[in-house]
Amino acid sequence: MSAARRCRPPRALAGLFVWHLKGAGTRHIPCQFVHLCRVANDRLITFQYFNFLKRMYVTQYNKDLSQRAKPKSDLVVSPFHEPQQLDQEKKVIHKISPISSVHQPWPETSRRNELREVKSAAETEASATSVRAEPKEDRQWKEMKLRLDELPGIFARLSKIKLTALVVSTASAGFAMAPVPFDLTCFLLASLGTGLASCAANSINQFFEVPFDSNMNRTKNRPLVRGQISPLLAVCFAASCGVPGIALLTLGVNPLTGALGAFNIFLYTCCYTPMKRMSIANTWVGAVVGAIPPVMGWTAATGSLDAGALLLGGILYSWQFPHFNALSWGLREDYSRGGYCMMSVTHPGLCRRVALRHCLALIGLSALAPALDITTWTFPVVSLPINLYISYLGFRFYRDADRSSSRKLFFCSLWHLPMLLLVMFTCKKSVLEKEDKTELLGESHGRAVGIGLP
Amino acid sequence: PPAHSRSDWIGPPDKHSNLRPVIFHVPPEESPLERRLREARQEAQASNQQFWARHNRAFRQEKEEFIYSRLKAKGLEMRDETGQKATLNAEEMADFYKDFLSKNFRKHMQYNRDWYKRNFTITFLMGQVALARALRWLRWKKKNVE
Repeated sequence: MSAARRCRPPRALAGLFVWHLKGAGTRHIPCQFVHLCRVANDRLITFQYFNFLKRMYVTQYNKDLSQRAKPKSDLVVSPFHEPQQLDQEKKVIHKISPISSVHQPWPETSRRNELREVKSAAETEASATSVRAEPKEDRQWKEMKLRLDELPGIFARLSKIKLTALVVSTASAGFAMAPVPFDLTCFLLASLGTGLASCAANSINQFFEVPFDSNMNRTKNRPLVRGQISPLLAVCFAASCGVPGIALLTLGVNPLTGALGAFNIFLYTCCYTPMKRMSIANTWVGAVVGAIPPVMGWTAATGSLDAGALLLGGILYSWQFPHFNALSWGLREDYSRGGYCMMSVTHPGLCRRVALRHCLALIGLSALAPALDITTWTFPVVSLPINLYISYLGFRFYRDADRSSSRKLFFCSLWHLPMLLLVMFTCKKSVLEKEDKTELLGESHGRAVGIGLP
Repeated sequence: PPAHSRSDWIGPPDKHSNLRPVIFHVPPEESPLERRLREARQEAQASNQQFWARHNRAFRQEKEEFIYSRLKAKGLEMRDETGQKATLNAEEMADFYKDFLSKNFRKHMQYNRDWYKRNFTITFLMGQVALARALRWLRWKKKNVE
């Protein structure tokens, strides 16, 4: 009886010790994670129809960031670093023995329980660190057989489905902004074609980058890296997405859009991907890749490349820089080790200057929109606050050049773009207005001619 | 992997190279084409493993040296009072990252060329093997039907 009584408190104490350790270890992470969630939550109110896409993208990035955001001396253990874990367990043991030595009332049982405490603490610590199911599975040898039920998930990750969704939404924004009556079938065909082309491009990109992806934290869980599918299947998937996608665009929409789509795939897979390892100019090429989808949307609607298309492309081109430069600021170690030539590593000053420059360019481009008759003059006025805000964050990033300013700029860019496009859409110059104007001009011209002639 | 298994097995990421090792299954009726494919994959795996293990080890070592030299310049010790390793913040490490990247540029260019070549060869061989297998299966089906 007394032994039972004596046994129970140590176990409870063990529980307390473990809780204390877990708390101490994860103290750093929740603060940052909560902060990120709070930021994401604030933004949820302002999200519109790009809503759930952004949230998924942001929370996925949150997860990735919180994985990486830990300072080097953090107590939380990454399951992939075994030496660190051994270190961690040693620390765990050190922490337990001084505490348990204080509680002398249970001398003999305490020795036995000390061992049990250590074991249970180590166990729970180990299981606490493998909170996500993935790391546990990752440690085992897996059969390289294709499982059909996993295939949709694998293809989704291969085609970077969330990024593809973003690309399709920018293309549909381009379509919506075109000054023509809305054609639903054309819109759907264009969106589908763009989505398929984007899937193909992303798959080829992953096919090329297997060993590099395995070495970077952000990308090490991709399907080809984990051997879930063979490279052959990835290429076949890319071909079976790309060919129908481009064919759909060329035949179902118009040849110009198809050509732009094919060109974009080529630019992304054959120019941007290899260039990432050769020169920092890859960022500019990548910005063009990001700028082409809205141009495609516009040409799908109108069939021609007007100033409006180029302006939309220009806005997206400028947006890419604060977005990507801020993102790459936190990945410098991985880029350096992986051999990627990025501005943030080799020319940090340029990196920040370019980001700021393009934030300011966004203001200029927004002012250009009404001049080109795409939107009314309310657009630059309404968009000025958000453009000024991102420019302010760009300036802070330029001046401070630290992790927090880069993160702020990145997260701002995530909601800034959909808001800007939405405001642009609401300020779109209505087609009827323009028709009326041309009618009036036609009439007055006719009158003038009538007066001129005797 | 179990002895009776007829497929390849892939394991957890290697400690040094972060690449996942693959154990290839050698079927008894392996054709010359399939053998070429398997050997190409094994060779690529070995070469990748060697490159990245060496590269990552060099990175870790040079990083340690850099931190040590910087800390010494600042007059600090490698470990502080609590026994944890002292580290530099991201801005101070930036110089090291830039340096490391430019030092290893040519090595990476060479590796890129090799990797792309190997990747294409292996994928092309996989295509050939898949085609050969499909033809074999069709021929077998036709024989069974007759």
